Amino acid sequence: MRDVAIIGIGQTQIREHWDTGLRQLALQAVQVAMADANVTQADALYVGNMLSGTLADQEHLGALVADSAGLRGVEAFKVEAACASGAAALRMGTMAVASGMANVVVVVGVEKMTDALASDITTATALATDGDYEAAQGLPLVAVHALLMRRYMHEYGYSHQDFAPFAVNAHRNGKNNPHAMFRFPVTAEQFAKAQMVCDPINLLDSSAACDGAAAVVLASADAARVLSPAPIRIAGSAVGTDTLAVHDRRDPLVLDAAVLSARRAYGQAGVGPQDVDLFELHDACGIMAALSLEAAGFADKGQGLRLALEGEIGIEGCVPVATMGGLKARGHPVGATGIYQAVEVVQQLRGLAGANQVPDARIGMAQSIGGSGATVITHILQRMDS
Amino acid sequence: MSIPKNWRLRQQRYRLVGEVCEKCGAKIFPPRDLCPQCEVPAKTPFVFSGRGEVYSYSTVYNPPRAFEEFAPYTVALVRLEEGPMVTAQLTDVDAGQVSIGMPVEMVTRKIHADGEDGVIVYGYKFRPAVAPVA
Repeated sequence: MRDVAIIGIGQTQIREHWDTGLRQLALQAVQVAMADANVTQADALYVGNMLSGTLADQEHLGALVADSAGLRGVEAFKVEAACASGAAALRMGTMAVASGMANVVVVVGVEKMTDALASDITTATALATDGDYEAAQGLPLVAVHALLMRRYMHEYGYSHQDFAPFAVNAHRNGKNNPHAMFRFPVTAEQFAKAQMVCDPINLLDSSAACDGAAAVVLASADAARVLSPAPIRIAGSAVGTDTLAVHDRRDPLVLDAAVLSARRAYGQAGVGPQDVDLFELHDACGIMAALSLEAAGFADKGQGLRLALEGEIGIEGCVPVATMGGLKARGHPVGATGIYQAVEVVQQLRGLAGANQVPDARIGMAQSIGGSGATVITHILQRMDS
Repeated sequence: MSIPKNWRLRQQRYRLVGEVCEKCGAKIFPPRDLCPQCEVPAKTPFVFSGRGEVYSYSTVYNPPRAFEEFAPYTVALVRLEEGPMVTAQLTDVDAGQVSIGMPVEMVTRKIHADGEDGVIVYGYKFRPAVAPVA
């Protein structure tokens, strides 16, 4: 097996792109990433996407994006793992290069959600849950997260307002990210008053429907040393799975798939949580961020929220999260999100994160959660000079 | 939802029919034909009592398609007295009256209709447990 590195990154701004379709968004991200990597050809293209069939009237994205991004003829297909689709595509690309079956691989995550009506988007994202036993009862995906949040508050004695720091932190960071959807701060007072979506999750504790695409270019670490001035090694890349339905879990308040995926990624990288300089986690809402921090070993069970309350998730904290705005403020174009996370970790490790730069960041981690925790994918990225 | 699918799921939807593992005795709902404890085939039907308590709950204000007319409605994770947990709507109760640990029982209710001319889908919901008459 060969070491794999990221040699190029690209991303579109996240917003409601009324004037831009799925193929153009993918093209824009791929063009920027390939220019950044200084390559004009690739051996394969993997497309992370969840909802194109239901919201964008299009499947068969591999060939479509290969053609529209100037890569007609290459091996290409779509990778789907619900909200972790982008990270799953990155995992595919990593395996392709590590195995030696491809030398240069482009991975793009793309999602086009906002052509559809709100109730159709809610129905579509609920496809990530157990269709026969969760969605069929009228639960949006957010409602499943809300059930976890209510139980978490009950078991550990937290108030609703204790979740505010995740949103406040995300928006503080998103304000400085030119690609972010929401570039304004929010206060704890605004969080307290926000309209309920699925009680106790409110509008400022959930991510909005949006459009966007992000891409990375992968090569073997040996090739990367020649091709790239600042290659970033993929030190860990691992997937864990669990039941789709929360009611089938061993303990609903432990994301077993996240525990498995983080443990595997740490093992591959030979590092632990204490070595991670920043953590792009899946803050679709505060409860998932808290559970992710616990599963990845940054906090004990029930203590993930404590880190946020104590200010440890900020840029200067012991575990900076959502450093470019996270799912909350940068945005959550579902199947693209995993690639946005990877792109942002690379920005941090290159020292190009601007006002949000984590000082001397050398190891960064990204974790993507599919559904309410049935697929969890962790990537650990590392500067190659470290 | 498709008509064949509703028909296929009718036993669990209307009567909470799950399964029991002949090896370890675990009661299984939803049925999965494989014991989640010992991973051996488990296909013996088991009818659940329908009694349980609220493990967690949420009131939904952003309904998916086909559920708009019911919003806001309250959904819950219910821990059945035989062990498994089930996700379902609560009924016959105001959202403000629901609490974790509240005893509930299963009833059959309309879940949604596929438009004005479509099939009406029935299934389980849970309501506050009615105390047995002494």
